[in-house]
Amino acid sequence: MGQTITEKIFSEHVGHDVYAGEIVRSPIDMVIGNDITTPISIKAFEESGAASLANPDGFSIVLDHFIPAKDIASANQARISRDFAKKHNLKNFFDEKDMGIEHALLPEKGLVVPGDVIIGADSHTCTHGALGAFSTGMGSTDLAFAMITGGNWFKVPESIKVVLSGKPGKYTTGKDIILEIIRMIGVDGALYKTLEFTGSTIEHLSMDDRFSMCNMAIEAGAKSGIVAYDDITKEFLSDKDLAREPRIHYSDDDASYSQILEIDVANLDPVIAYPFLPSNGHSVVQAVADKIKVDQAFIGSCTNGRLADLKVAAEILKGKKVHPDVRLIVTPGTQKILREANHLGYIDIIVDAGGVVSNPTCGACLGGYMGILGDGEVAISTTNRNFVGRMGSRSSKVYLANSAVAAISAITGYITDPR
Amino acid sequence: MQKANINGKVWRFGKDIDTDLIIAARYLNTSVPEELAKHVMEDADPEFVNKMTPGDIIVADENFGCGSSREHAPIALKAAGVAAIVAPTFARIFYRNAFNMGLPIFELKEASEIKEGDEISIDMNAGTITNKTTGKTYNFTPIPEFMQELIDAGGLMNFAQNEIEGKK
Repeated sequence: MGQTITEKIFSEHVGHDVYAGEIVRSPIDMVIGNDITTPISIKAFEESGAASLANPDGFSIVLDHFIPAKDIASANQARISRDFAKKHNLKNFFDEKDMGIEHALLPEKGLVVPGDVIIGADSHTCTHGALGAFSTGMGSTDLAFAMITGGNWFKVPESIKVVLSGKPGKYTTGKDIILEIIRMIGVDGALYKTLEFTGSTIEHLSMDDRFSMCNMAIEAGAKSGIVAYDDITKEFLSDKDLAREPRIHYSDDDASYSQILEIDVANLDPVIAYPFLPSNGHSVVQAVADKIKVDQAFIGSCTNGRLADLKVAAEILKGKKVHPDVRLIVTPGTQKILREANHLGYIDIIVDAGGVVSNPTCGACLGGYMGILGDGEVAISTTNRNFVGRMGSRSSKVYLANSAVAAISAITGYITDPR
Repeated sequence: MQKANINGKVWRFGKDIDTDLIIAARYLNTSVPEELAKHVMEDADPEFVNKMTPGDIIVADENFGCGSSREHAPIALKAAGVAAIVAPTFARIFYRNAFNMGLPIFELKEASEIKEGDEISIDMNAGTITNKTTGKTYNFTPIPEFMQELIDAGGLMNFAQNEIEGKK
């Protein structure tokens, strides 16, 4: 019986063939925590009486949500992770020095590789599926269990095969494809399932596009998103010191899927998700007709804070000025992205245009800090959620879009089509 | 082992109640349950904390707990004294977290028939929910066998502790 890539990854980990619906206890290659979720895991770990981590090199803590500390409580909370990392001599501990948003940082560091089983106490852990790995978000207690035992239990998920066809237009990105999928199936359309991205479009999508797509699989309720290894993956990994040898799997032709979703990407316009759900997608053409005035444009997050995002923003902003009524905030995903963007001249362009460039952090995306919206304010944002109050005031509104749309809208003051 | 029924007054919420509505990220600079409880459901209904009394039950529509993986969400609900949550479906991570935190949750297809202010009684032994206001009784979706084993073992962390003991 044929298997999906996800079934193959689990089969390889547990040592026999498994299929969707089976409950398995699987070893985990990388366990990821951050400054807001790990303290609960550390407490559970210590209360269990465990003396050491089952797999110390398979555990990463990334301080990214409220770091550099936004307030006293955040500073105290970060110290819990710092003390634990020191006590356990944690190799993969990322603090304010070589920092970044966990889902941008770990692939960059070669700590997540094809064929892995990865969990993180952060819902956007599904991002790493872009490398051909199984990667999913869990809570802090499940994280503690993995810290103690080196594994956890999983229900092998059913998969939805997403068949993408055609070459995307210049300003249609991985972000637009995933927003279109969520629009089609809804925020619970892939509940408990894997979104497996396939089709002729894949060869046109950079790793940055693939990370954006897998990142928002959770926004359709999915357990994971996955793209199989190919030459683009190989190229991305080629300059990295990988934590493990990649294990490459492909779905069999006769693998079974719960649903097949076909999308013509060649004719897909950039998609804007209106408040208050990521499934509330509309074509940018509609958004332009709706004349939506914005107070803030935000480019960043684990969805769209990568070099490609800063590049397109710089191309659009070059020689232009941000609209007097708009604030533009750009948050690079990692220190490395910031450094490269600086080297390539993108940062100068953004600053000259009137944009503010912040340190890498999740802050603005979840209404933490570094770009909170006030009462009634409207943002065009490259982030992943537009729930009520997500980026600040309960009366604020967030429109989700790709980085080109956010950059051009910062100049015009209204949601604008970059084409 | 016979379990006591959960009886309580219902507070009603809609579909896709996300974890930002349950506990907004601006409060995630702490994981102290009592602090989180002060702000539970604040962005869904700012008055909820003042209106509810411990022992009350939340009934919602589909996909309760979608969004982030923050375990602060079930922690806040439990610490505020919410006795149980009933919905037709739960988002995956929230479902797992609720069990790990010991917050009772029940999948009920007919949740929409239960209204705000109704008094309901959840019988975990019989697998039923009775709406005492309307007199109707429903069967909730059975807890998956594997989850039941985990619960019987005293939850995930007890399970881990047993393994640590076994190794010693």
